[in-house]
Amino acid sequence: MVILCAAGCASAGARAAQAPAPAARSASTDSTSVDRAQYPSTYKRHPNPPVVIRNATIMTATGQEIQGGSILFRDGRIVAVGTTVAAPADAVVVDGTGKWVTPGVIDTHSHLGVYSAPSTAAESDGNEATNPVTAEVWAEHSFWPQDPQIPLAIAGGVTTIQALPGSANLIGGRSAVIKLVPARSVQEMKFPGARYGLKMACGENPKRVYQNRGPSTRMGNMAGYRAAYIQAEQYRRRWDKWNKDHTGDAPQRDLRMESLAEVLRGNIFVQNHCYRADEMVQMLDLAHEFGFKIRSFHHAVEAYKIADILAREGTAVSIWADWWGFKQEAMDGIHENAALVQQAGGRPVIHSDSESGIQRLNQEAAKAMYSGRRAGIQITRDQALRWFTANPAWVLGLDSIVGTLEPGKMADVVLWSADPLSVYARALQVYNDGWLVYDRNDPAHQPKTDFSIGQQP
Amino acid sequence: MIAFLLAQTIAITGGTVYPVSGPKIDNATVLIRDGRIAAVGTNVAIPAGATRIDAAGKWVTPGLIDGAGNMGLREISAVQNTNEGTLRGNEVAAAFNVAEGINPASTLIPVTRIEGVTTTLAVPGGDLIWGQAVLIDLDGTTIEAMVAKSPVAIVADLSEGAKSAGGGSRAGVAQRLRRVFDDANEYSRRRTDYTRAQMQALSASAADLNALLPVLRGQLPLIVVANRRSDIETALRIAREYKLRLILAGAAEGWTIADKIAAAGVPALVQPMDNIPGYDALGVRYENAGLLAKAGVKVSLLETQTENSRNLRQQAGNAVAYGMTWEQALRGVTLTPAETFGVGRDYGSLEAGKVANVVVWTGDPFEFSTGVEHVFIRGKEIPLRSRQTELMERYKTLPPRY
Repeated sequence: MVILCAAGCASAGARAAQAPAPAARSASTDSTSVDRAQYPSTYKRHPNPPVVIRNATIMTATGQEIQGGSILFRDGRIVAVGTTVAAPADAVVVDGTGKWVTPGVIDTHSHLGVYSAPSTAAESDGNEATNPVTAEVWAEHSFWPQDPQIPLAIAGGVTTIQALPGSANLIGGRSAVIKLVPARSVQEMKFPGARYGLKMACGENPKRVYQNRGPSTRMGNMAGYRAAYIQAEQYRRRWDKWNKDHTGDAPQRDLRMESLAEVLRGNIFVQNHCYRADEMVQMLDLAHEFGFKIRSFHHAVEAYKIADILAREGTAVSIWADWWGFKQEAMDGIHENAALVQQAGGRPVIHSDSESGIQRLNQEAAKAMYSGRRAGIQITRDQALRWFTANPAWVLGLDSIVGTLEPGKMADVVLWSADPLSVYARALQVYNDGWLVYDRNDPAHQPKTDFSIGQQP
Repeated sequence: MIAFLLAQTIAITGGTVYPVSGPKIDNATVLIRDGRIAAVGTNVAIPAGATRIDAAGKWVTPGLIDGAGNMGLREISAVQNTNEGTLRGNEVAAAFNVAEGINPASTLIPVTRIEGVTTTLAVPGGDLIWGQAVLIDLDGTTIEAMVAKSPVAIVADLSEGAKSAGGGSRAGVAQRLRRVFDDANEYSRRRTDYTRAQMQALSASAADLNALLPVLRGQLPLIVVANRRSDIETALRIAREYKLRLILAGAAEGWTIADKIAAAGVPALVQPMDNIPGYDALGVRYENAGLLAKAGVKVSLLETQTENSRNLRQQAGNAVAYGMTWEQALRGVTLTPAETFGVGRDYGSLEAGKVANVVVWTGDPFEFSTGVEHVFIRGKEIPLRSRQTELMERYKTLPPRY
């Protein structure tokens, strides 16, 4: 279980997504960059006493809603969930009467830290818009841990995000999977063992940004992805061969190709910004051509039109409850998108792509659930909860570690003032890996970034 | 003829009625006749032949009013040729009235009204002075049929967004605004000299200066966008100097000087879910709407995103979660904006004589679990259909039925 080695496994987990490196060799004088740790996570669980929340309504995201329930977690791990939970004498007891408990909220699509507040050109670090293919850039190298938007997201119950490069490029770069905890460096926030994602983008954005140099059309977009992956196939072959036989000189490293080769090996998940149904089907063809999987489409306002195909392909959709109409390719967005994808057997995720929306993913999921119900699609409360907990955990490949309230899972836990599917609910307490990172009623547990110190009235 | 008149009479019976102008009334009737509310109460005689709407177990409120956005002026924000809200090339566009840019066939209108928003302010965009905002009801095949009031106010900007019109300085913005006002007064006094070209060049066109005169005479409100505390104070100062009827828009740091705004009798248009710090307002916070209301400021709540104006009720719900009373929030999306925009006699509450913009909800309008059962605009029942409901029907079962 990854929880057992929150710190120790970090580099090994991260390295899993680092090939072309050969199986770990001890760094010696003749070793090269490829043999060494590549920007490992230095995340360490914050020490904290055991906590038991008693007499709350506990929504586990595993199909249960336990009235008068208790949850115990210690050393960063959930120990027990149920109606009768014995707690050790040193446990902090939290009265959950009239309150709700859910897993920590997970956002598969955030630009926190890469488009920080205040929004200025100086802190616009999300789009390396200098080339349509920049698979070589990593969002973590832009990520600013002092972004004052981070505490706001934490106060909305968010415990894990995928920070993505923007969508200017066909292939925008690697994502960073981040635990939202106060820290001095992104390394201290990187989710140990998490895979990288690769941001790809369809449609209007790349062809608008590169209209003068190309691609300037959707067919140009497709040609651009294909050219990049054709090159990556060759790169992968060359490295895989060398990793096997170690004969001759190692091939030249190419950071752009490394990311793409990792996609081809299945080690990096493709996270694909794509609005229109017909374009998503094109992208599935691309994935078939090169033998990779698209883990999740993002935005996907037309997912409902191809919900059957998406379910068959096993591709999730990270979507909004109701954004539409702000651009041509978003014209056909409807309220029932998530519900229709769920009904077809697909995997909907409510994402934010917004520093504002990330603070209320529970509300957005509620909106999408009730819209579906009003259209006659019987979405359960547990399904709606999974849209912002267990399903995004799956999109990030972390569903065995976070996303539900089950013994053994990481203690990412939110205590809500009311039913989290109500507009009036606010997160009262947020625990990240067992650490009380936010308490609405205790200023000692309300993180403030360096930026905010002395700034706000 | 009789049949026609009767067809115009609708009785919404048995619901819990929130008139806004007074306390809620259980098991009440709202009688609508010829586009107006004829009666509200528990002892309303229902004329024979009236169309009856059973609202037992439902909540009945006035239609919601969103005092923001570009409804009708913008089909797709990113597609320039569907945008009509900004007069380019004129930083002092006081004479620019957006009404004739409104597209009654906009697909955004049905999407919005079937979720209970029946009236919106169509607000121009721009530089220093943006133009004239217009209040529209979200039904009608012609512009004339939609406009509820035109103009409602002239809109000016004292926020960061106006700086380029002030030479890059907030001080420049304020000075330019004063010069425009002074020139408007000068123009008004010396029209003959102006016509004979016996005046120094003025800081705006005659049409724009002329359009400002109702503002300078206190007949037409000036909506001023201001978020930083010092910008709000500048707005209050200029309003005092020129005796303006000021309406604050944005007012993100308003909570820091809520008493001062209340004392000035200035209403505020606030988007409750704004809390992302920027250099225009580092002190922006969720509690702003509630704190302003608590201090006695008349607060109207906004959803500024035109295509999602329907989320006004979510904005209101969040305002309640962060400190407004539920009653203040309901008033903030009905009667308060109606009064602020000068149509309080006709809009914003369920009272005899008012325009029959009425919504029947399954419950608390701010809750996600609540759906809309009926929408009436000017007494006409609106079919609960939009391009989006039709797309949903088409794709509800796959493959779709073409």
